Amino acid sequence: MTQFLQHLVNGLSLGTIYALIALGYTMVYGVLKLINFAHGDVYMVGAYSGFYLANALGVEKEPTLVKAGIVFVGSMAICGALGYVIERFAYRPLRHRARLTALITAIGVSFLLEYGFQLPSWPGLPIPFPPGPTPRFFPTPFARVEWNVLGVSLSNYDVISLLVAVAFMVALQLIVYRTRFGTAMRAVSFDPQVAGLMGIPVNRIISGTFVLGSMLAAVAALLVAGSRPRIDPLMGLMPGLKAFVAAVFGGIGNVPGAMVGGLALGLAEEYVAGYTVSSYRDAIAFAMLILVLLVKPEGLFGRSRAEKV
Amino acid sequence: MRTSTPFAVLALALAALGCQKKQGAEGGEAAASAALTPNAGSGTGKILIGHVASLTGDKATFGQSTDRGVRLAVTEANAAGGVKGRQLEVKTLDNQGKAEESAIAATRLVSQDRVTVLLGEVASTNSLAMAPIADRYQVPMVSPSSTNPKVTKDGARTRPYVFRVCFIDPFQGTVMAKFARETLKLDKVAVLRDVGSDYSMGLADYFIEKFKALGGTIVDDQSFKAGDPDFKAQLTAIKNRSPQAVYVPAYYGDVALIARQARELGMKQPLMGGDGWDSAKLFEIGGKAVDGCYFSNHYSHEDPEPRIQSFVKKYAQTYGEVPDGLAAQGYDAAKVAIAAMKAAKDLSGAAIKDALAATKDYPGVTGVITIDSDHNAVKPAVVLEVKNGAAHFVATVKP
Repeated sequence: MTQFLQHLVNGLSLGTIYALIALGYTMVYGVLKLINFAHGDVYMVGAYSGFYLANALGVEKEPTLVKAGIVFVGSMAICGALGYVIERFAYRPLRHRARLTALITAIGVSFLLEYGFQLPSWPGLPIPFPPGPTPRFFPTPFARVEWNVLGVSLSNYDVISLLVAVAFMVALQLIVYRTRFGTAMRAVSFDPQVAGLMGIPVNRIISGTFVLGSMLAAVAALLVAGSRPRIDPLMGLMPGLKAFVAAVFGGIGNVPGAMVGGLALGLAEEYVAGYTVSSYRDAIAFAMLILVLLVKPEGLFGRSRAEKV
Repeated sequence: MRTSTPFAVLALALAALGCQKKQGAEGGEAAASAALTPNAGSGTGKILIGHVASLTGDKATFGQSTDRGVRLAVTEANAAGGVKGRQLEVKTLDNQGKAEESAIAATRLVSQDRVTVLLGEVASTNSLAMAPIADRYQVPMVSPSSTNPKVTKDGARTRPYVFRVCFIDPFQGTVMAKFARETLKLDKVAVLRDVGSDYSMGLADYFIEKFKALGGTIVDDQSFKAGDPDFKAQLTAIKNRSPQAVYVPAYYGDVALIARQARELGMKQPLMGGDGWDSAKLFEIGGKAVDGCYFSNHYSHEDPEPRIQSFVKKYAQTYGEVPDGLAAQGYDAAKVAIAAMKAAKDLSGAAIKDALAATKDYPGVTGVITIDSDHNAVKPAVVLEVKNGAAHFVATVKP
C-alpha cells in the first residue's frame, strides 16, 4: 500500500510537469490549429534562463524566496519573449500557407533551438552562451523540505508543483472564459477571418497565446530543474513529445483535458515502470494512450466537430 | 495503360544502370582503403596520433580528462626526443559522446589525417563503433578505458588492430561483487542498469553472476534509459524490496540524479558502481546524496606508489587539478602506444600492432600492464568510497 501511494505521489509530480507543458500545446492548437513542436524546446530555454539568472544572483550560496521569485518571473519573461519572437518571425509569415508548411517550420524552430544551444560558447560574453551540449548543474531555487507521511516520501517541490499547475490551469480557464482576451481568443479559434472583421486584433491575440503558453513552459522547466538539477539542450525532447501526447489524449484544444491528460500519462508511466518491466516504461504507457484514442479519437474531453467542407 | 509500359522499361533500365554504377564505386573504395595502409611508414615530419574523445556532451569530463592525460604523455615523450628521432603530435576530435560521431571522427582521422595510431574512446559503445574502422584501415587503436569485452572482439575472433590498457567488465563486475559480499558482508542487493549502454548492461550481468555465485541474492533488477530525468518509479520498486545496497553501473550524470532521488525517497542504502562514476560532476550534481557510496576504478590518486605520486604531481603542475582515473588511463594508453612505436621495426600499422600485442610488464600509472591474447590489459582494480565530495581509496583487488 505504501508503495502504491509512493507511486501515486511520484506519478502526480511527473504528471503535473507534463500537464504544464501540455497546456502550451493545447492553447496554441486551440487558436491556430498549429502543433507547435518547438514548445518542448521553449521549455528547455526556460531551464537555461533560470540557470543563468540563478547563477547571476548567487542562488546556490543562499537561496531566498525573493531570489526564487526573481528567477521564476525572469525566466517566464524570457520564455514569453521567445514565444513572441518565434510566432512573429517563424509562424506569422506562413499563417496563410498550407498548414503543413507551418508544421515543418515548427520542427525547424525546434532543431534550431536544440542544436543552436549545443554550439560552443561565444567568446567575450559574461555568461557561457550558447551553453554547449555538456549537462549543467541547476542550483536549487529554494530549499527542499521532505515529509514522511505513513512511509510515503513527499517534498515541498511535489506539493508546490501540483498547486502551481492547478493554479495556472484555473487561471487559464478564467482567462479563456471570463476575460475579453479570452473571448477574443475563442472567437479567433472559431474563425480568425470573421473575428478580424468584427474588429478583434487577431495578430495580438495569437501573440498573446504564444506568450502565455511559453511562460507556462518556463514554469514547468523550473519546477523540473529545481528537483532534478541536470539540464542539457536536448532535455525538452522527450517531455515535449510526451506532453504533446498528453494534450492529444485529453482532447487537444481543451484546457482541463491537457491537465487530466498530463496527470494520466505521468501516472501510467509510473505504475508501468513500478509494477512491470521498467524498460517498457514508455512503450506500455504510449500503447495505453493509443488504445484510449482508438476508442475515443477526439480525446477524453475533446468535442468532435464536424469539418466544414 | 499503354503509355505506362515504355516508362516502366525505362525505369528498369535506369535502376539496373544505377546498381552497376554503385558496384563500381564500392570496388573503388575497397581498393582505396587497401592503398592507404603505409601511412607515415617513412618520412621525417611529425608523427600524428589521433584521439577521439567526448570533449562535450553527457560524458564530457571523460574525454577532457583522457585528452589531458594523453597530451601530458606526448609532451613528455617529445621532451625525451620523440620516437625514432621524430616529434609526436596529437590531433583530438570531439564526438560529443555519441557512437555515430565517434565513427565519423575515427574515419576522418585514419583516412584524411593518416594518423599512425588511434587513441580512444572511454565509453564502450563509442569504442565499439570505432573498432571496425581501425581494423579496416589497419591502424592500431588503443582504448584507454572501455571495459566491455566486445570492444576488442569481432565475434569469437580478436580484432588484430584493437587494444586496450584497462581491465574488462567480467573482472570489474567481479571486483564489486566480491567487495560487496566479502568486505561489506551484504546478502541482498538490487541492480539498476541503463538499457541503452553496452557498458552498463555487461557490467550488471557480470556483477549479478558473481554475486549469486558467492551466495548473495539479487532482490530486484530494474532498468532506465540514459537521460531520463525521473527514476523514482524504479527506485520506489527497489525500495520496497529493501535491499542492503543498490548496484548502479551507469555514467556519472545519471548516477548523480539517481542518488539524489533515492535519498529523496528516504533510501539510506549505499549505491555501488563502476569506473563510469569517476568524474567531478558526480559530486557537483549528486552533492551529499553520493556520500557513502562505493565504486570500482582503475587507480586511486591516493595510492602511495612513487610511480603514481610522480604522475599526480606532474599532472597537477600542468593542469592545476588532481588527475581522475580517466586521465591516468589516457596517460597510460598514450605511453603504451608510444612504447610500441619505439619497439616496432617501422611505423607501419602492422609493425606497431605486433609491438602492442607484445607489451609485457609495462609499468603504467594504473598498474603493471601486460596485454593478453585477447588484447586486454591484466591489472588490479581499486575500490573507492565517496566521502564529502571526493573519492577515497578503500581497497585494491587483484585479478
